[in-house]
Amino acid sequence: MTEPTASDAMRRKTRLFMIGAFAAAIAAFLVIAYGGISKNLVYYWTPTDLHAAGNKAYGATIRLGGMVAPHSVKGRNGVSGLEFDVKDATGIVHVKSSGVPPQMFRENIGVVVEGTMTRSGYFQCNRLMVSHNNEYRAPKAGHAVNKDELQKLMKSTEGLKD
Amino acid sequence: MTATLGRFLILASVLVSTTGAFIAYAAGAKRSPQGLKWSQRFAYAFAGLMVLATGVMEYALITHDFSVQYVAHVGSTQVPLWVTIVSLWSSLEGSILFWGFILGIYIAGTTWVNRNQHQEYMPFAIGTWLSCGAFFSFLIAGPANPFLSVSPVPLDGPGPNPLLQNHLLMIIHPPMLYLGYVGMTIPFGFAAAALLRGRLGQSFLRPLRASLLLPWVFLTIAIMLGGWWAYEVLGWGGYWAWDPVENASLLPWLTATAALHSAIVMERRGVLKGWTVTLIQASFLLTILGTFMTRSGVFNSVHSFTQSSIGPTILVFLAAILLFSVVLLALRIDSLESEGRIESAVSREGMFLVNNLFFVVFTFTVLVGTVFPLVVEAVKGKQMSVGRPYFDAMVVPVGTALLFLLGVGPALPWGKVSRKEMLRALLPPLITGAIVLIIGYVLGVRNAWTLVTLLFGGYAAHVTFAQMWLPLRQRLKKGDSFAPALIDTQLRRGRRRFGGYVVHAGAVIVFVAIAVSSTMRTQEEVTLTRGQSTTFAGYTVTFLGTEERTEPHRQSTIARFNISKNGQPVTTMEPRMNQYAAMREPVGTPAVHSTIGRDYYLSIMNIQGDQVGLLIINMPMVGWIWGAVLLMGAGGLIALIPMRRRTYVVVPESAPAIDDEAIA
Repeated sequence: MTEPTASDAMRRKTRLFMIGAFAAAIAAFLVIAYGGISKNLVYYWTPTDLHAAGNKAYGATIRLGGMVAPHSVKGRNGVSGLEFDVKDATGIVHVKSSGVPPQMFRENIGVVVEGTMTRSGYFQCNRLMVSHNNEYRAPKAGHAVNKDELQKLMKSTEGLKD
Repeated sequence: MTATLGRFLILASVLVSTTGAFIAYAAGAKRSPQGLKWSQRFAYAFAGLMVLATGVMEYALITHDFSVQYVAHVGSTQVPLWVTIVSLWSSLEGSILFWGFILGIYIAGTTWVNRNQHQEYMPFAIGTWLSCGAFFSFLIAGPANPFLSVSPVPLDGPGPNPLLQNHLLMIIHPPMLYLGYVGMTIPFGFAAAALLRGRLGQSFLRPLRASLLLPWVFLTIAIMLGGWWAYEVLGWGGYWAWDPVENASLLPWLTATAALHSAIVMERRGVLKGWTVTLIQASFLLTILGTFMTRSGVFNSVHSFTQSSIGPTILVFLAAILLFSVVLLALRIDSLESEGRIESAVSREGMFLVNNLFFVVFTFTVLVGTVFPLVVEAVKGKQMSVGRPYFDAMVVPVGTALLFLLGVGPALPWGKVSRKEMLRALLPPLITGAIVLIIGYVLGVRNAWTLVTLLFGGYAAHVTFAQMWLPLRQRLKKGDSFAPALIDTQLRRGRRRFGGYVVHAGAVIVFVAIAVSSTMRTQEEVTLTRGQSTTFAGYTVTFLGTEERTEPHRQSTIARFNISKNGQPVTTMEPRMNQYAAMREPVGTPAVHSTIGRDYYLSIMNIQGDQVGLLIINMPMVGWIWGAVLLMGAGGLIALIPMRRRTYVVVPESAPAIDDEAIA
């Protein structure tokens, strides 16, 4: 470009100003985004993790993965008032759900429930998902809950939506 | 036999693409016309091998040759023929082969179209494309080889994932997405060529822009089809949930859209060259990042097929192209010299800049929210995800700002604008905006963001419509007769401009439809016994009973519901629950009753004897989204059809807004 030098100095100044404004904008964006993310994290926990988290568990959004404990399901056919326990090897959590459960829901099956822990000691579930796998595997008789499968289910993005 | 032939073809393509890439770069460095000829031949050869290999795989699938590992994995004699054909992209290895197939066609097509043009850039472009081709050939030959042999040969296979057999959209969504994703390789190659050559002349802007617009059209439609598929198949009654696979498709779309806009400023004003090139490179990088996220199994979804070993390989490729792009930009960005400058912030080009800023913020917002859990897991080993409220809270303001710019930008003239001109351009559309706002309010819209969207949407619709037909009106004023003026301004000389405004018109409808359908949606979960009714959102739903239907690949329980309004029967809806062989969990298929204003959506949660657990959703305007996105795609295609060759020059400062050609 063939510009006079005075204008060049001006442009340099404008450029510096632009870079400064850009940096400020990026910083502001990062602060807002970080705030937004930390407020909206969803934790993937087992009942044991949930107990270990203590007070942190209250109010946080949690995907709780475990097995439906035997003889714990109440209110199976009602629309509201479904209650059951979710357990893993060392922990157990009482869950209340208000939705209609999916077809496969029953005792001794792996589930992932999303919701929050209430201070009254039960887990309020907003979404309920039953463990299954996208890969085809013949159903095993009395299959135990597969930990990998539950992990996958917690990370799953289909079906666990409102 | 088939497997061996396939393996041979893939190994040949590794060889051809690698050699071709070396020859092409050497030809570029030496400016050798002979070298360019040879690199073109290698490009065609690569495409030929990829097409043949894919043909071999399709042959194996259709003939149920279970000695080929991929066929043994996804094939089945029990599924219909269309499922067998589309099984090519129903699992990991086949989908990477399909990627290679599309890449080959893109490379050969672009090489052919430009065989006698842009000789200074083409060798570098072909070299870059073939380097990408070499990577994907390597991926197919090694970590994701579909042509491995199986022994002993099984008699039958399990068939593809039932979720993918459940809807015909499976035929069209993946190819569209691949055409969009893979197509981003082409502008990336062009951008790399411009940087390697150290020049980005006016004549090269046209192929650069066209090569970006074509995959953009495919990607736009593919994203919509993915949402539609989720809506029609998954049964939760929504089309977008900010989950990682959706974000993966949106990210390159956002940067590509930004690049299409900055390319217009580049073409008109000769500025923003380095910026546009950066956006194009980012779009390609984001497609590879998206492939990593969806294919490596870091996120579980219908897109991540198995625990696979291709994740690290793709990550290495991603790192390599990132390094290549950054180094190239750092060394060469100064050589893409500006030929003009931006005079005024409140002008058409000023609005383009702000538009780009918002698209980039949008991209970062989605990127940060998507990648954050991966980083936390890698660093701390803790698993979590970022919830939907983050995305909604961040994206809604940015989207609203983009809609605002969509109205204000095209209303402003290029260059310096006087205050009077500005007011005259900006005030009249406010009336349309206000009318739309009032109509929405009367129809029951109360959400503040939706009302703002209606105001801006009406404004943008007014401006878009006025701009769309402006050249025609001017010609008619000059006394031209209607039909020739119409054809010339909208379909011949002004086609790019017209196409651009068609895209904008579609986008305005999409904005409004998304705002209305997401904020005005209502739903209810009920349990009904046979003969029982419930009334929701104006319709009475009566459960008539169930019926079993057996097909070779699945068994379905169909629940029948009578839908009536004020006692008058409207329709019968039949959502179903499908049990596929070798799959424990049944898969539901919702039923949708669409009218112009809204969708009424029934999804079965469970069926037990005479009882059905039912999810009923009332969703206004959702069907408008699908139609409007198709309109956007059509606008892109209109703008793409090549025109008779014309040279573009950098316009003088005082150029009026009306004779602008470039808006798409």
